[in-house]
Amino acid sequence: MPRKTFREAINEALHLEMERDETVLIIGEDVSGGAGGTSGQRDAAGGVFGLTKGLLPRFGEHRVIDTPISEAAIIGAANGAALAGYRPVAEIMFSDFIGVCFDQILNQAAKFRYMFGGAKAPLVIRMTVGAGRSAGAQHSQTIHGLLSAIPGIKVLMPSNAYDAKGLLLQAIRDDDPVIFLEHKMLFNDACEVPDGDYTIPFGEGVLVREGEHVTIVAMGQMVKVATAAADKLAKEGITCDVIDPRTSSPLDEELILESVRQTGRLVVVDEAPVRCGFAADVARLAAEKAFSSLRAPVLPVTPPHTPVPFAPELERLYLPDAADVEKAVRATLAHS
Amino acid sequence: MSTRTKKVAARAEVQASGLSQEAIIRAYRQMKTIREFEERLHIENATGAIPGFTHLYSGQEAVAVGACEHLTDKDFIISTHRGHGHCIAKGCNVPAMMKEIFGSRDGLNKGKGGSMHIADISKGMLGANGIVGAGQPIAVGAAIACKLRGEGSVALSFTGDGASNQGTVFEAMNMAVVLQVPKVFMFENNGYSEHTGASYGIGCDDIVKRIEGFGIPVFLADGFDFFSIYEAMAKALDVSRKGGGPTAIYCETIRYFGHFEGDPQNYRAKGEVQRYREEEDCLIKFRRRMEQTGEVSMEVLDQVDAEVLALIESSVVAAKRAPRPLPEDLLTNVYNSY
Repeated sequence: MPRKTFREAINEALHLEMERDETVLIIGEDVSGGAGGTSGQRDAAGGVFGLTKGLLPRFGEHRVIDTPISEAAIIGAANGAALAGYRPVAEIMFSDFIGVCFDQILNQAAKFRYMFGGAKAPLVIRMTVGAGRSAGAQHSQTIHGLLSAIPGIKVLMPSNAYDAKGLLLQAIRDDDPVIFLEHKMLFNDACEVPDGDYTIPFGEGVLVREGEHVTIVAMGQMVKVATAAADKLAKEGITCDVIDPRTSSPLDEELILESVRQTGRLVVVDEAPVRCGFAADVARLAAEKAFSSLRAPVLPVTPPHTPVPFAPELERLYLPDAADVEKAVRATLAHS
Repeated sequence: MSTRTKKVAARAEVQASGLSQEAIIRAYRQMKTIREFEERLHIENATGAIPGFTHLYSGQEAVAVGACEHLTDKDFIISTHRGHGHCIAKGCNVPAMMKEIFGSRDGLNKGKGGSMHIADISKGMLGANGIVGAGQPIAVGAAIACKLRGEGSVALSFTGDGASNQGTVFEAMNMAVVLQVPKVFMFENNGYSEHTGASYGIGCDDIVKRIEGFGIPVFLADGFDFFSIYEAMAKALDVSRKGGGPTAIYCETIRYFGHFEGDPQNYRAKGEVQRYREEEDCLIKFRRRMEQTGEVSMEVLDQVDAEVLALIESSVVAAKRAPRPLPEDLLTNVYNSY
């Protein structure tokens, strides 16, 4: 099977689905780029991270729509096109920018179906998340928890290229509004990815590592951190279930609970602060539905309650690493 | 020229409208339906029969109907928090709307939208909207769909003087120009943004200049006159339906009731509404013109009035008897699948 990067997998999924379904549209800033430039070259960017490269030459300006820097109008237009029968894939370059278009997500996309008695708005919003590039507090957040708190939208955050392609194809075909979060630090990671069409259903997590002592739950880039810690601990005979839910809304509660009922110990690794976030929600799940199985407090491994810092040293300190996870696993085991 | 003084030149003489009798009667029926729907809601609301917030459109009927009489189900509109008039004008089922406003599970949106969120996608009505200025970008998206389909359809958004100050409206106007989509922006200045006069919030005091600044041609119309709006909309559509990009219509009108039902309206001079009801009312003007041109007899319009009153009465009676939501309705229609 061919190996492809996360970037290539997403680009391929967009090509495949635009080819298969002519109602699929791409809309966002610089999704092709170059319009109005002095070189005259179109597709000059293909997205700031190159994920939409090649779509404009193949599918044309009508379906690959470069917009002004107007996030509210981008998501608004995607909402309108979706209500009018198309399947737009909108791009918000950095998830941090939803601050200027949150109404179109929170009050519009998420609520059409409920308010309008079953209306269909099948749009996908792609946006990047994640720290690690010293991009500072306004280009580095990971907001799957914030978004998963909104009824009416689905939230995906793949940790590898295979999942990215399968989840994105499913997202575009899905009849609900879906937010697809792409971690910037994963773009160049490669794994085996089939050429053809396949989809991954939402709400089905995967057991990335199998063990018996502790359950570790992590998504996105944090899956790498969690597995690195688990692999190191395994050499000492401490084995962990590492669960990647892949989608935070819907959440594969059963996979997590099944594991926690066996291990009795839970560590949640997350790239967002714990307060009212994904890590807190998974801890809530265990407390509510696996209370009698728990043999130790649930331990979150998350950044502190601060914005993402700029200086590389501080950013490293901010982000959970394998040593933090290892420490938490040992701490939960120390609890008898 | 200030925002509230853009008057369209008065006609030298009253001419026949040139519309068919059928079209005239239909337009009158739509305006009258909105009027009676709203006047009745004003009463029902006072008795406590209507849950939640209600914003009435009485006084502005000529705007919604003058624009929507040009549209078909293939055209889209998006409305505002003051949306009943736009919904009726676009063809939403009146008894089903009434049931929705009363919160019945048989309502147009199954009782989960209410007054501020009435929609019927099958009619091209993309929703009243409780967020001021949210609809304009959505209408740009619907206009993208219209352009892609290539059938000459358009998307129309309604924007009050209050929403005209929202950044989302500016974004939508610019994006519509950049993408050259078939989009008509209807600006209906009813004089008040909630409890504040329009001229206070509109810093430059000229909405038209603002729109023109985005590169959108603006057609001026009289918001109290169905025929004036109808003609302006024809001009706008002549551009937007034929690939000419976005257009706008600007008109001034007045709402007969408060921002919401229960608004004490302390910001309004005494007698203001009464004066408009007597001197500028769009239904009276419509009748007067028909009387002068003789295109439709007063007896025919009287008959329409009686039919409309009967429709509103039966709608209210039915809405009050309609089944209430069941506990299980709470959880439906959050997702298509989850």
